[in-house]
Amino acid sequence: MRVALFVTCVNDTLFPGTGRAVVSLLRRLGCEVDFPLAQTCCGQMHLNTGYREEAVRLARRFAGVFAGYDAVVAPSGSCAAMVREQYPRLIGRDFPAVHDLSEFLIDVLEVEDVGAYFPHRVTYHPTCHSLRGLHLGDRPTRLLRKVRGLELVPLPGAEECCGFGGTFAVKNPAVSAAMCADKVRNVLGTGAEVLCAADNSCLMHIGGTLRRQRTGVRVMHLAEILEATE
Amino acid sequence: MSATFLGMPGNLSKNTDFPKNAAKAVQNSQLRFNLRKATHTIRGKRAAVVSELPDWQDLRAAGRAIKDHTLRHLDRYLLQLEEAVTARGGHVHWARDAAEANRIVTDLVKATGEREVVKVKSMATQEIGLNEHLAAHGITAYETDLAELIVQLGHDFPSHILVPAIHRNRAEIREIFLREMPGAPEGLTDEPRALAEAARLHLRERFLKAKVAVSGANFMIAETGTMVVLESEGNGRMCLSLPETLISVVGIEKLLPAWHDLEVFLQLLPRSSTGERMNPYTSMWTGSVEGQDFHLVLLDNGRTRVLADEVGRQALRCIRCSACLNVCPVYERAGGHAYGSVYPGPIGAILTPQLRGMGSELDASLPYASSLCGACYEVCPVAIDIPQVLVDLRAKAPHGLAERAGMRAAWWLFAREGRLAAAQRLAARLRRLIPRRLPGPLGAWTDTRDVPDIPRQSFRDWWKESGS
Repeated sequence: MRVALFVTCVNDTLFPGTGRAVVSLLRRLGCEVDFPLAQTCCGQMHLNTGYREEAVRLARRFAGVFAGYDAVVAPSGSCAAMVREQYPRLIGRDFPAVHDLSEFLIDVLEVEDVGAYFPHRVTYHPTCHSLRGLHLGDRPTRLLRKVRGLELVPLPGAEECCGFGGTFAVKNPAVSAAMCADKVRNVLGTGAEVLCAADNSCLMHIGGTLRRQRTGVRVMHLAEILEATE
Repeated sequence: MSATFLGMPGNLSKNTDFPKNAAKAVQNSQLRFNLRKATHTIRGKRAAVVSELPDWQDLRAAGRAIKDHTLRHLDRYLLQLEEAVTARGGHVHWARDAAEANRIVTDLVKATGEREVVKVKSMATQEIGLNEHLAAHGITAYETDLAELIVQLGHDFPSHILVPAIHRNRAEIREIFLREMPGAPEGLTDEPRALAEAARLHLRERFLKAKVAVSGANFMIAETGTMVVLESEGNGRMCLSLPETLISVVGIEKLLPAWHDLEVFLQLLPRSSTGERMNPYTSMWTGSVEGQDFHLVLLDNGRTRVLADEVGRQALRCIRCSACLNVCPVYERAGGHAYGSVYPGPIGAILTPQLRGMGSELDASLPYASSLCGACYEVCPVAIDIPQVLVDLRAKAPHGLAERAGMRAAWWLFAREGRLAAAQRLAARLRRLIPRRLPGPLGAWTDTRDVPDIPRQSFRDWWKESGS
């Protein structure tokens, strides 16, 4: 199967390791992965900050870049939700189907055990747009449970927003930090070494706080754990 | 767009906005504790009783459909309501805005010769600032809802739609009673039962003396002209039934076409608001009943303008249950006062800027008072897509020069992949020079968070070099 990777602008620029992990994982599972070089950004930041015109132009660009692919995979629940939920309102229905990584693995490739090995204590934050936008449900944790050596510990208050919210994090920094403080408290309470999520933007916010507080807990994108082998 | 008066602090202080109000509130540990405890309790109760109903999503769809239908034919149903109320001996008054509504109510009270009125909790009268207007004309309004009484005695503002004194705990309430309530018993404890009993004795006198009452209504039935009030204490029923004159101020969107539509809403509202299966006190009356003169003041105050907006009009479906407040992570930390309106929380963030316009800094900041986490939409019993309306309002809100320049620059980079690639290479080259504290508005990020390490190579450069 020929799959186009929509890596997202955040991963492309700040977290290339996540993109490399998706490529490696999908190739291991027998997919032919393409990365259309003309891709940039889905337009979510512009739309959610109130710059609709710019968002519409980026959405049109996206639809053109990915036209003709069987499937588009994005390692970001938020960007996948932007395309699926908002594009119909912005540019009509003429754009390819975009899957979040865990949806693609479970619904399209029909695989739960991806052959990963990751001997660490991990807790999972479901992220709002994965949970309430894409309705990923337990797909990510089903994948994590099949990872050899991995101990998955439940995160209390998992469904609550971490306080990132895109430009919300700088427009309402006090509330954003207060929300993250509660999220961090819950993460630390689990005793996990690693906080995992399917969105690096949320992880940049929670991880940035965990690092600032010298907690020693690290954050990892789901793709990077699933890519890890013995 | 003319500004609509909307009660409460809001426009009173010029140099504030939601982020500044919220920044103060998050430092108040007592407030944080009170809000967390209260919202999580109601949140849990709601979730439990909603999960009991297998047809909840169907009920929700029905609620939405009935409200949408009513709003589409509001003109027709309002006239039908007027006819039905008048036929049963009631008097209907039409108020374009807060000033008109206040004048109508004040004149009606003056005509009775009374100087005191009792009130059953009403968002509409708070919205128009009725108590203050009555006071300016020498008429005292006594709030009789327990939480509303606490707010009034404390010279405070409500901070929640359903539980106006949610920001107060019982120790604080005891202090307010001892300080402000005439005849508060000596040795009053902060036991809920003792506090309720003190309020009961205090209010009983008011009820027995009052000749005029002012209320709102949860629903109005166009077909029959019936008013419907839901409350938990029975104080509302005392208000509605004892006085000789009853004046109800109700927003025009509170209408339902037919009696049987209540079947849907009397299930949706209690489960969503108080987390109860059935509402404790549901009072219904039609026109003027024996011994009581009934006046209905139909309030527009910006609603017709909201109705004209294709995306924003869904806010008029709201039945004021406050489920969105109780699940909102922003409300939980910022508290209701930060929103500067009688309508706080997610619903306030879309209702206030639409009713009042976005002329003030505060009102222009309200559409941004959300991380767009979507919890509000999920619980809304009439399926108001609050995040969608927020995003739509953001596109209409005024934007600062610096932000516009930044967003324009980001768009310019994203418009051609070559520009993005060049910017990424530049960032990689300067990666060692990125300061721990970022300058300008980005400093808000580094106040509490570290900046991620900039990678040596972007993903696209890796792909070109060794990926494909």
